[in-house]
Amino acid sequence: MAAETRDGDEFDVAVVGGGLVGVATAWGLSREGCRVVILDEGDRAVRASRGNFALVWVQSKGLGLAPYAGWTIRSSNAWRGFSDLLKQETGLDVAFQRPGGFHLCLSEKELEARANVLKRLHNQPGIVDYKTEILTHDQVKAMLPDIGPEVVGGSFCPLDGHVNSLRLFRTLHAALNARGVVYRPSHRVESITREGGEFRLTTTRGEVRAAKVALAAGNANMRLAPMVGLDCPMKPERGQIVVTERLRPFLNHPVVTLRQTDEGTVMIGDSKEESVDPTGLTIGVSATEAERAVRQFPLLANVNVVRTWSAIRVMTQDGFPIYDESQSHPGAFTVCCHSGVTLAANHALTIAPMIARGALDASLVAPFSARRFHVQAAG
Amino acid sequence: MTAAADLASSYELVVIGGGPAGLAAASLAARAGVSTALFDENPGVGGQIYRAITSTPVKDRAVLGEDYWDGAALADEAKASGALIVNGATVWSLDRQRLVGVSIGGKARVIEAGRVIIATGSQERPFPIPGWTLPGVMTVGAAQTVLKAQGLVVCERTVLAGSGPLLWLLAAQTLRAGGKIDAILDTTPRRNWLQAAVHLPDFALSPYFAKGLALLREVRARVPVHRVDRIEAVGADRVREVVFSSAGGTRRLPVDLLLLHQGVVPNVNLANAAGVTHVWNDRQLCFVPVLDADFGSSVPGIAVAGDGAGIAGGTAAAERGRIAAIAAVRALKPDAVVPDTQAIRQRLQREEMGRAFLDWLNRPADGFRMPEGETIACRCEEVTAQQVRETARMGCEGPNQMKAFLRCGMGPCQGRLCGLTVTELIAEERKATPDEVGYYRLRPPVKPITLAELASLPISEAERKAVER
Amino acid sequence: MFKRLAEKGPAIAITVDGKTVNAHAGDTVAAALLAAGIDHCRTTPVTGAPRAPYCLMGVCFDCLVTVDGVGSRQGCLIPVREGMKVETQLGRREAGR
Repeated sequence: MAAETRDGDEFDVAVVGGGLVGVATAWGLSREGCRVVILDEGDRAVRASRGNFALVWVQSKGLGLAPYAGWTIRSSNAWRGFSDLLKQETGLDVAFQRPGGFHLCLSEKELEARANVLKRLHNQPGIVDYKTEILTHDQVKAMLPDIGPEVVGGSFCPLDGHVNSLRLFRTLHAALNARGVVYRPSHRVESITREGGEFRLTTTRGEVRAAKVALAAGNANMRLAPMVGLDCPMKPERGQIVVTERLRPFLNHPVVTLRQTDEGTVMIGDSKEESVDPTGLTIGVSATEAERAVRQFPLLANVNVVRTWSAIRVMTQDGFPIYDESQSHPGAFTVCCHSGVTLAANHALTIAPMIARGALDASLVAPFSARRFHVQAAG
Repeated sequence: MTAAADLASSYELVVIGGGPAGLAAASLAARAGVSTALFDENPGVGGQIYRAITSTPVKDRAVLGEDYWDGAALADEAKASGALIVNGATVWSLDRQRLVGVSIGGKARVIEAGRVIIATGSQERPFPIPGWTLPGVMTVGAAQTVLKAQGLVVCERTVLAGSGPLLWLLAAQTLRAGGKIDAILDTTPRRNWLQAAVHLPDFALSPYFAKGLALLREVRARVPVHRVDRIEAVGADRVREVVFSSAGGTRRLPVDLLLLHQGVVPNVNLANAAGVTHVWNDRQLCFVPVLDADFGSSVPGIAVAGDGAGIAGGTAAAERGRIAAIAAVRALKPDAVVPDTQAIRQRLQREEMGRAFLDWLNRPADGFRMPEGETIACRCEEVTAQQVRETARMGCEGPNQMKAFLRCGMGPCQGRLCGLTVTELIAEERKATPDEVGYYRLRPPVKPITLAELASLPISEAERKAVER
Repeated sequence: MFKRLAEKGPAIAITVDGKTVNAHAGDTVAAALLAAGIDHCRTTPVTGAPRAPYCLMGVCFDCLVTVDGVGSRQGCLIPVREGMKVETQLGRREAGR
């Protein structure tokens, strides 16, 4: 299946990008009966899908673009069914859980800032109420008994959850493989043209032809989108994560900066730096993450850190997703967002069928067109 | 005892590893007036080859052999040189800026280094046979470690299996110490002689030729040797017997201890995490760093000396350490007096002579490097060869995607005991070269540190702001 | 499996899972366990399989044990001390110890 490309291969849809957004979309397209090829980079690709934090997260989403809250909740609600479908196809359990999640604050100032964000979010016209509450130390402790005395409180949203995102990544690849979807790694797309009603994608290892193109290449969409008359303005940033050895279960809810995986490891994260060098790591940033983790959960002090890593976030310029279809190149779409895990269910079950039909459903995704950037620029 | 708090905030030279390369490098640099710190994670200096050289309870010099005792001079010289030598010090991070993360007695520090010499040596090549994770299956190197450091000698129902000089050396040392070995299972493929033979004249001139022959004779006179092409360790809770086969059929031996060895490979973790470029060496079947004539790596200011630069043995390691140290001294203190490198390079060349013969002769067979079926490839995460092979066939092109899919290399050993296996399995399935497949991208900490240790490190305002929002 | 070349030497008493084991000065925790003939020192966090020291040079992490209440210590790198409490580590480590 990873065979060399033969010139002139033809497909219904070429999905550019083999990360979580690409494979979730490709899986959805395959379910719709499309003949799909995924064009991916190689083993050392800068790949957010291998570095992400694996939350299926609702709280905080939508400040500045109210429809994003509803779009996120739609995916959160679809996630259980999505994971069940994957399990039926592959036998693999991606360990989706939605026990509700926390944002923990280590000072009154942080708690006040948190409350303000939630207030501004909820005061937006047309926002869906997702029932996020501010809790005191005691209220948090009732649900997270191992918090330290420095946790002054936090916010809780019952819709928050998490998943094993690496297993999700593998499961989608396995499902695609079983479905006969063609996966071509080390096929970096260099150019896309539309000729005679079809797209020609020139890759580092040959040409592929397809009736439609879905751009799901993360930050690289910025380079690719203009080739099909689209715009995808990105602003990548670097995040670092610290991960521990496997521990017995001690944490029943994910925290936005700290979660225990089904395998037992504890992931600690959520830094933001402007660097786009994925090989660099700032020790002081890892130290800050560790220091806050120990203050939040003092029982973690003696636990071994097995690895730290940095990854480049896929981030659009305003942080919200971009879903577009090209007017000049009919059949070309962008599927681009930061939250490839949270929105995987939407990409597989909502976006993919739209692409299969050849048109995005404006009633669902019109607010996420990149045209919003031009409106702002003009205004 | 030096504590983490006692360390200066910077040293002109930091040497990582206290084996022959590290000891020789630190001695030379400190004598030339360079402020030098040597960190070694073991309780004493010597590395693996001269392990416990200052403390071994094995007093009969004939047991370990004269080559072992050569290490005493290196250790003495280092001690007298003025270099700060810290044992029990684990280096867990090194980056392009030459910031060295080190942990001593559960306390971590990050210190600056003007230059760094990585002298973390080699480790034994993974030997993934069925049952190799069972208690009672250990490496030959492990048995030698406890012989040198604690005077523990193997006895009763012990079988050695594999290939390479260390296996024969440990066998001889064990016999001299009054230990007992039931059998040696020699896995050296016969056809290796074809490639090795052309290098025999060089080897015949090397100091290892006569020693090697004498060792083989000494062991073969007292231990039955079987040539085998398949080995399996069998048992439920521990190894009970070893099953081995060759063209002549299959046999079983009851064992309490099965000691495995098929050569050593560079310990690449720290250099890889620091961003040092490595390439595949097809003769030694491992990744080696790309180095210049002074053992300088692709990262400015970081050198890799000793067996970490490619396997050449302990005496060569010391010479390499000296060459790397001279380059460091020249960069740091251009006016300092240093020994002539020409003489050192000549000694090194003599040591390296005959290496090609040993490498080709002891090149492990494919079947002992690229297992099949349920044999475990990754010991930490218990990932099987079959899983790796199937996932490669699914289109997974390299070890980093493999790690994401199967968790191989994600456990505490950080891929040290599965990295080469996973790369070679993918290469075999993809019909690609190991160089094309590549290796795990390693990240700090290359050895685990506690969350509290990480939390205790200095944090700048900008670094704090990157997390607290 | 192993015997000591020199039975004499300063003895150091440690406990392993509560039972006294006589180690020698210069032993690491892992060496003391091997000399005492202890079968395994941990079970894996993935399948619960028993493991014992494998490489004794800090590479394999199969000699992980709990030492004086702190889990996941590399037994091959830690010298024994009088009164040291060593415990077999079963499966995943418990946070907080």
